[in-house]
Amino acid sequence: MVSNLPADSVGLVTQHKAVFEEPLSLDCGQVLPRYELVYETYGALNRDRTNAILVCHALSGSHHAAGYHSEHDRKPGWWETCIGPGKPLDTNRFFIVCVNNLGGCHGSTGPATTNPETGKPYGDDFPVVTVKDWVRSHSRLADRMEIKQWAAVAGGSLGGMQALQWAIDFPQRLRHAIVIAAAPRLSAQNIGFNEVARQAIMADPEFHGGRYYDHNVSPGRGLAVARMLGHITYLSDDAMRAKFGRDLRGKMSYDFDEVDFQVESYLRYQGQQFVQGFDANTYMLMTKALDYFDPAADYGDDLSTALAGIECGTLLISFSSDWRFAPERSVEILRALLDNEKPVSYLEVEATQGHDAFLMPIPRYIEAFSAYMGNVAQECAP
Amino acid sequence: MNPLRRELEIVAAWIEPGARVLDLGCGDGLLLDYLVRNKGVAAYGLELDPAKVSRCMERGVNVVHADLDKGIRDFRKDSFDHVILSQALQAVHYPDKLLEEVLRVGQEGIITFPNIGYWRMRLQFMFRGRMPRGPALPYAWYSTPNIRLCTVRDFEHLCSTLGVRIVERRLLDRAHHSHAIMNLAPNLFGEIALYRIRREVT
Repeated sequence: MVSNLPADSVGLVTQHKAVFEEPLSLDCGQVLPRYELVYETYGALNRDRTNAILVCHALSGSHHAAGYHSEHDRKPGWWETCIGPGKPLDTNRFFIVCVNNLGGCHGSTGPATTNPETGKPYGDDFPVVTVKDWVRSHSRLADRMEIKQWAAVAGGSLGGMQALQWAIDFPQRLRHAIVIAAAPRLSAQNIGFNEVARQAIMADPEFHGGRYYDHNVSPGRGLAVARMLGHITYLSDDAMRAKFGRDLRGKMSYDFDEVDFQVESYLRYQGQQFVQGFDANTYMLMTKALDYFDPAADYGDDLSTALAGIECGTLLISFSSDWRFAPERSVEILRALLDNEKPVSYLEVEATQGHDAFLMPIPRYIEAFSAYMGNVAQECAP
Repeated sequence: MNPLRRELEIVAAWIEPGARVLDLGCGDGLLLDYLVRNKGVAAYGLELDPAKVSRCMERGVNVVHADLDKGIRDFRKDSFDHVILSQALQAVHYPDKLLEEVLRVGQEGIITFPNIGYWRMRLQFMFRGRMPRGPALPYAWYSTPNIRLCTVRDFEHLCSTLGVRIVERRLLDRAHHSHAIMNLAPNLFGEIALYRIRREVT
């Protein structure tokens, strides 16, 4: 078969599924009696099983982090810029695992899954899951895969938070945490944006209190508005100005139904595209997981104390124009690690792309990420 | 082993095995890498140039991307045995403030800088009427990062003003040699100055 896929891509990939019959206790007090996790892997696990890297996805991500499901796919996985041969997460050297988190809508147990107790989709009965719950579920997958210790746990944004939580909860099970464009907890402004997103979904008449599956509808308009709002916070003011300015699609319509500005058209398109592949209840759950993430809370609100027990090296990267999780937020983590004299490296990348920069092929970012991972790869050698 | 410049060799000799070391303006991490491998120090570097930050990461040296002009407040008081400022004092906006910071976070400061009082520099200025240049100061006046040049005497004056005690001084010429004459007239014959400094014991 002749492939048109780029040479630096992992190429065609397939997903795997792991079924866990052992109940999982959650932070909210509820118990998931059984659950499934779908995941993808790229590269090969070495004989000593020392070169495995867990990649954690962000709010709207999935286990499909790299490569293509078919030759006809328009887009590769969400972190194609960083995963593949010769890339920072080099599949010639590492075995990469990416899991769809619990509560997700890409195959792992989530709100659209049938609740064994009722025979109907969980809907709003699906328990609110936290970053800690996810990390616990990941660790069970690691057990299943017989991976005792990850060479690294890596992620951007909410994914970076999972990497940090991994370092806190399972200090002996990872050698490095790669925490990109993240924060040690959300600010009031961050939570505010998430709340507006949830309200947009709940205000959609098709939401039906989260039980919309039973009605064969979905709150697409609400979810699209949530995504449009989110999308603005992922871009920077400069990036939006450069991309759209005040460009009009045609003439001003002096009407509310028409799309006047290019930026409106773009956001509507983003919203519509998103709704086709994402579930509103999952969006609600992911934003809650973000809101609740606060490792310092378990340690007297002191981040330094929270990070005192970690044993891995940490790479922190932030982006200058990211105002969702600004560089100062990464520096909070940096300071807490320095307080504890933990090994850590930090780079603030000059970039105009805002929070989304962590998904983009920015040379300084890729260079630093590769440099750090090159060193991690050397440690994996027996 | 990486070939260390003579200057870095002297600095390395001042650091005891297992010490906690902070290198301000650590460049590509050559010195720290050497200290980690050969002396088992616990080390962090600070560097502003992102390309050099990446070189440090490649070596596995802990590096923090930061601007010395914005201070080193991320580090707690007395977190280090040695704080190194190698050829960086003359490139910051507030050398006096930085020296105080060095001795806040570290027990001992190790400072190296090009001595603008060196006789060749004086001659260039006197006879050519131009800003001095040389191996230790290779840049043109309009593009040099070295914006706070000082002489050996200037530096020692600042130390006494700040209540900083000079523990040891070494001088090198452009061939990175030390000669007896340098101790006779350090401000005239030393091209590169190296100091160990500590807080004045009161």
